[in-house]
Amino acid sequence: MMDYQEIWRAFAHNKGAVVGLFFMLIVGLLAIFAPWAAPHSPIEQYREHFLQSPVWSTGGSAQFLLGTDELGRDLLSRLIYGARLSLLVGLLSVVMALIPGVILGLTAAFAGKWMDAAIMRAMDIVMALPSLLLAVAIMAILGPGLLNAMIAISLVSLPAYVRLVRASAMSELQRDYVTAARLSGAHTLRLMFVTVLPNCTAPLIVHATMSFSAAILDIAALGFLGLGVQPPFPEWGTMLASARDYIESAWWVVTLPGLTILFSVLAINLVGDGLRDALDPKLKSV
Amino acid sequence: MLSYILRRLLVLIPTILGVTLLTFSLIRLIPGDPVEVMMGEHTLDPEMHAAALTRLGLDKPLYVQYGSYLNSLLHGDLGQSLKTQVKVWSEFKSLFPATLELATMALLIALLFGLVAGVVAAVKRGTWMDHTVMTAALTGYSMPIFWWGLILIMVFSVGLGWTPVSGRIDLLYDVPPHTGFMLWDAWLAQQADPEINSGAVWDAFRHLILPSVVLATIPLAVIARMTRSSMLEVLREDYVRTARAKGLSPMRVVFVHTLRNALIPVLTVVGLQVGTLMGGAVLTETIFSWPGIGKWLIDAISRRDYPVVQNGILLVAMLVILTNFVVDILYGVANPRIRVQ
Repeated sequence: MMDYQEIWRAFAHNKGAVVGLFFMLIVGLLAIFAPWAAPHSPIEQYREHFLQSPVWSTGGSAQFLLGTDELGRDLLSRLIYGARLSLLVGLLSVVMALIPGVILGLTAAFAGKWMDAAIMRAMDIVMALPSLLLAVAIMAILGPGLLNAMIAISLVSLPAYVRLVRASAMSELQRDYVTAARLSGAHTLRLMFVTVLPNCTAPLIVHATMSFSAAILDIAALGFLGLGVQPPFPEWGTMLASARDYIESAWWVVTLPGLTILFSVLAINLVGDGLRDALDPKLKSV
Repeated sequence: MLSYILRRLLVLIPTILGVTLLTFSLIRLIPGDPVEVMMGEHTLDPEMHAAALTRLGLDKPLYVQYGSYLNSLLHGDLGQSLKTQVKVWSEFKSLFPATLELATMALLIALLFGLVAGVVAAVKRGTWMDHTVMTAALTGYSMPIFWWGLILIMVFSVGLGWTPVSGRIDLLYDVPPHTGFMLWDAWLAQQADPEINSGAVWDAFRHLILPSVVLATIPLAVIARMTRSSMLEVLREDYVRTARAKGLSPMRVVFVHTLRNALIPVLTVVGLQVGTLMGGAVLTETIFSWPGIGKWLIDAISRRDYPVVQNGILLVAMLVILTNFVVDILYGVANPRIRVQ
């Protein structure tokens, strides 16, 4: 079993990880309390304020701290509401990949033989396709939209979970405690989920953190390509889709949504690095 | 060695079959009338509809349809684009060099800077250099590359005017396509007609550099991190200590004794980056209007050109599978222990 205090001490030792965690807490709180935190509605168009620059540059005003976009919508409010979508989509697509991933991975490890081979070959096929391309292809079938984007992202991240769970379960299966549990009459389902699974959680937690950040990047990329969240809903990637036209005139429209994505993904990856060091020093991943 | 290669090849067969099954089902999962989907037509009278259904073989059972799909694939028939009526294979062939040129340049940048950064970070472990490299690598790894492309365009193309915004070469130059690789073609054109085409190679390079940097960002970060951790592991080995104790110069210890062994895991990671590069090409080519297969596929998806989507994806998947196969073989060459398993 895990010793939470010791894990926290090891985690807190990593300054980057603590900064990342702190940053994500703020973003998470802003997302939850968006209606109170955001100064304006994210979709209201202020017709007298098209492309108004941020407060600190000439032409800016305190009414719109980070300026407005091409339709006169408050950029800060859109970013805050965008956090809701990005975090929610990221979280849900992690869960939607994690649960089937655990079940398939444990099944492959426990059943062995043709079942194992069938599951792993199926995962090889999914992995043969570049994940973004596969996600785009799935979106082409399902049509653009939030739910479809989540399905696409969790499908492409499934193989990594299956492989991870299978590998850690296989190495646990060699251990004496599993043999002991089996001899004392535990049936397979109990062995899978109660005996073995808790001992595979460390790499799973780390991987789930990393795939959470990858999901945020993917949803933003799909949004950028016009396949994800549809306007007028504020989503960080979708906000960048039209930004190309304003490269010469409105730098804040181009810069700020991307910086928000970058900092959030970076923060989550820092947390992931810290968790890896704290939970399992033997783990190495890139 | 031969039996190792054969074994790896045998494993490929079910994977490739699976991918064809995937691309086959892809198009059949699209909601709506299959004739409309395959023909791109919206209203057909019932008679023509029935004729089309028979002609496309859509009235037969699914396993027969899959069989004839496989059969046509084996005969090199990948169908034709609904929009241009050009064969999917010839479109792919003409666009692929652009993507290959971009991806090769990106991989070279990623390898060169990634390896150097990783080695420096490992050798100078715990210093500010290590911290800088690792922070930069994690930032690169977290980068939304479509935004990174926009920022680079904003700074270098629009702000400083150093590089063009999009395309592969200025229209000023008369560069006939020989190889499809713009740098190469520009060089040939420059040799053939120095008057008109002087500076063509430089211009092609200026077009290539920003997209390559964008596409290289994530692989570079991954290679730097992997090189560092792999180097740190090898630096702890006894034979490295022996080499140091013998009085060999630090450079020799790092480059001859350590790096060569540290490169083996890095090689696998480089192989896995081919998929990342192909996925990244979709975004990079869209931002820079680079006429490669990434942009081709996205355009095909947005105009519902399903034969192109279906078999374009199949071709990309085959490409990734083959590259990983080659990497597997190289891995076996570099590390004899792998072959025995």
